[in-house]
Amino acid sequence: MQESATASNPKNLIEGATGKWEVVIGLEVHAQVASKSKLFSGAATAFGAEPNSHVSLVDAAMPGMLPVINAECIAQAVRTGLGLNAKINLKSVFDRKNYFYPDLPQGYQISQFKQPIVGEGEIEIDADGETLTIGIERLHLEQDAGKSVHDQHPDYSYVDLNRSGVALMEIVSKPEMRSSRQAQAYVTKLRTILRYLGTSDGDMEKGNLRADVNVSVRKPGDQLGTRCEIKNVNSIRFIGQAIETEARRQIDILEAGGKIDQETRLFDPGKGETRSMRSKEEAHDYRYFPDPDLLPLELTMDFVGELEASLPELPDAKKERFTQEFGLSDYDATVLVAERASADYFEAVASGRDGKVAANWVINELFGRLNKEGKDIADSPVSASQLGAIVDLISSNTISGKIAKDLFEIVWSEGGDPAEIVEARGMKQVTDTGAIEKAVDEIIAANPDKVEQAKAKPTMIGWFVGQVMKVSGGKANPQAVNEILKQKLGIE
Amino acid sequence: MTDLTKLTIAEARDKLRKKEVSATELTQAFIDAIEVANPQLNAYVRTTPELALKQAEESDRRLKSGDARPLEGLPLGNKDLFCTKDVETTACSKILEGFTPTYESTVGSNLWNAGAVMLGKLNCDEFAMGSSNETSAYGPVVSPWRRAGADGQLTSENLVPGGSSGGSSAAVAADLCLGATATDTGGSIRQPAALTGTVGIKPTYGRCSRWGIVAFASSLDQAGPLAKTVRDAAIMLRSMASHDPKDSTSVETPVPDYELALAQGVKGLRVGVPKEYRVEGMSPDIERLWQEGIEWLKAAGATIHEVSLPHTKFALPTYYVVAPAEASSNLARYDGVRYGLRVEGKDLIDMYENSRAAGFGKEVQRRVLIGTYVLSAGYYDAYYLKAQKVRTLIKRDFDDAWQSVDVLLTPTTPTPAFKIGEKLDDPMAMYAQDIFTVTVNMAGLPGISVPAGISVDGLPLGLQLIGKPFDEATLFRAAQVIEDAAGHFKVPQRWWETAR
Repeated sequence: MQESATASNPKNLIEGATGKWEVVIGLEVHAQVASKSKLFSGAATAFGAEPNSHVSLVDAAMPGMLPVINAECIAQAVRTGLGLNAKINLKSVFDRKNYFYPDLPQGYQISQFKQPIVGEGEIEIDADGETLTIGIERLHLEQDAGKSVHDQHPDYSYVDLNRSGVALMEIVSKPEMRSSRQAQAYVTKLRTILRYLGTSDGDMEKGNLRADVNVSVRKPGDQLGTRCEIKNVNSIRFIGQAIETEARRQIDILEAGGKIDQETRLFDPGKGETRSMRSKEEAHDYRYFPDPDLLPLELTMDFVGELEASLPELPDAKKERFTQEFGLSDYDATVLVAERASADYFEAVASGRDGKVAANWVINELFGRLNKEGKDIADSPVSASQLGAIVDLISSNTISGKIAKDLFEIVWSEGGDPAEIVEARGMKQVTDTGAIEKAVDEIIAANPDKVEQAKAKPTMIGWFVGQVMKVSGGKANPQAVNEILKQKLGIE
Repeated sequence: MTDLTKLTIAEARDKLRKKEVSATELTQAFIDAIEVANPQLNAYVRTTPELALKQAEESDRRLKSGDARPLEGLPLGNKDLFCTKDVETTACSKILEGFTPTYESTVGSNLWNAGAVMLGKLNCDEFAMGSSNETSAYGPVVSPWRRAGADGQLTSENLVPGGSSGGSSAAVAADLCLGATATDTGGSIRQPAALTGTVGIKPTYGRCSRWGIVAFASSLDQAGPLAKTVRDAAIMLRSMASHDPKDSTSVETPVPDYELALAQGVKGLRVGVPKEYRVEGMSPDIERLWQEGIEWLKAAGATIHEVSLPHTKFALPTYYVVAPAEASSNLARYDGVRYGLRVEGKDLIDMYENSRAAGFGKEVQRRVLIGTYVLSAGYYDAYYLKAQKVRTLIKRDFDDAWQSVDVLLTPTTPTPAFKIGEKLDDPMAMYAQDIFTVTVNMAGLPGISVPAGISVDGLPLGLQLIGKPFDEATLFRAAQVIEDAAGHFKVPQRWWETAR
């Protein structure tokens, strides 16, 4: 087993009664492939349709029906593999995983067991201020099952086969994570990469991305402990909670002199506990064997090469470029590249403008406002070109930063061309020194006591600036106000 | 007036084109014959006379207007393994009772689109698992053939028509259709053909689409025709075969006009005789017949070469690992949840167990259990994986043989037809029926059985020709030479007409 460089990092260790423990985490992430039709049938994959309305004869496993590989799903898996810097296997094999369940119409799931389409790769993550490389073991394609519905009839369960046969990518990490934060960062980053590639929407609420979490604990330097697999955790927050809870449970057992049973467990977020689903003895014997209905999948170098050439810029490369090209801080760049849509928005605003100012406006004003309203960047009422126009007005000293915030609010709620709004509503900055001088003179005359104080304590100038801005309705150029005040008050 | 049901496909085709008979008359003749024979032979499990007459009417219209298709107006039977749109399809299993597909198999569609008329669904072993048509949920098919007694009169013992395509072979031999669809996983076309004096060809794996055919063992299953003559089989196969994008294992390769090959003879053809096929327990009749076949081909200009297929002895055990393994998985869909039989239980597992126990017959259960066992953790390597390796060796045997010969000549079966019930409780004896045929499925090759003689007690015997991948044309050529030399073998007496 490959040891991660983080294994010995003491800050990741968990305190127990007998000393410090290390938690070892591996993840199996199931991501729904973004494709119009299913892995082996032409039925649609759209979410939220009437039960059993997207079901072909193949999906319902009618007698004599045969699977035919959907080429787009293959391309998506290869793109994902390339995005994970992974080895693409030019020959892979689909196997049958046999078990009985009502939402599995064929009585087997078509999956890839011994020869997956994608081999070893890696993901770079940032967690707790460290940058780590987490190994990917493999990626394989498989069919999703249908859904059993238990609350529609007193005696019977119903089955909805809309999801039956939908393509999933199972992405298996190496057991190289050592804290719940690392696991969360890994899933977040993986999700970002998938969304950049357009190979999965990664929507955890719709169940389009879910994780099986393998957790074991050991004393630092010891052999790997016995692991438990926590099935189907469906949010990044729950992944963190499940790991913390499970690690603590295992430590308590070991410290009480017990031993860990290898088993499959479920995380109950309501109760904040994991509980046993089935033991190793009860584990299914899936009787994997190559699906005789499908020939081995063989890809050409050309096919892979074409997909590679058409890959979009990925978050790590984009972040690097943002820091170089726009002089952004590592933090700002990280925030901006987290979603491809945010990065694209930022680039549209920053193009031909001051990148730092643009980043500041996108992150602080726009994201702040979007978060407050619970809106997605795609639904932003302020377009990138509108925000760019606001930044232009600031840069040209046409408006002050304070006025710009008012302008942003107007554009947010009313829309319109920012330059026209500034013109029409008289929001332009006053740089006419005569008008400013007049206002300054009036304020000095009216406040002799403050003038005395300011002479003794020059930072009091701030109060005068405030007064002038108030009188000018915020439109006075703050720099001009400052200079005139200093001169009139006789302070440096 | 001549008995229309005695016609071959080629003869009927000529008569229809010359307007000597109408498709409706021809179809009606078969409907009447089935009505008389079926209560005794049990070849059809479902007849579709209304559909047949409707199709015949359309054929007559086309024959009249001069736009007849290749099989226009020819009445055929369809094995119950083929899904038929709006016609119940059960694979002769209780578990599919009442199942009516909304779709037609690709092979079926090909036939009906070529103008053929469907008379009904033919009996077969349950899920095609059997070599005698005794495992059918609809009861056994009775062969139209009977042994001749010492006095020269027919005995009254009921014999098997072979299996699993026993309904197909019996119906063709008894003139209850002009030809029939069949499927062959380990010999299910060729063995019944041999036992009933009919011609059956299992094409190369991938030649016919498997789409819409109830699956038994996906890597071995292949559809083909059963017919009265080599020419009829050639005519049928040409229409049945096609590349089908809905079956990933079907192969995109042109389908030749096999009829054109028939007259080409075997001059210079290199015929291999595999020495490992001389097995113990082979009947003297079969030995004699095999030698005769060699002489006929030699006389027609072929050269004969002894070849070795050293892994032949492993073929049967290997087959009985691979086929049940795939079957155990293919039959998992019959779970009582969506269609077919459901027997309720106290919980889900109980419902599964009740449904599958009631729905599957003994032989199917046996094979599902064997298949589940050989795929289980701890046994997979010893059985399934090893069987796959042996399968590769068997294929290699043939590849080696093709270096020196063009076709192989073997018997089709080790014995002639046997009594109903005779081998039913002895699965090993039953499985031995497939000893000469399974290798062909394991290697994915084409194989044809052609009637070549009569046993001492008056039963038909068949010879098998095995060819290179997608070289069915050569098989038809060589089979035609044997047929020409051996003559036709018709049921001597339609005892079922008088026994009424």
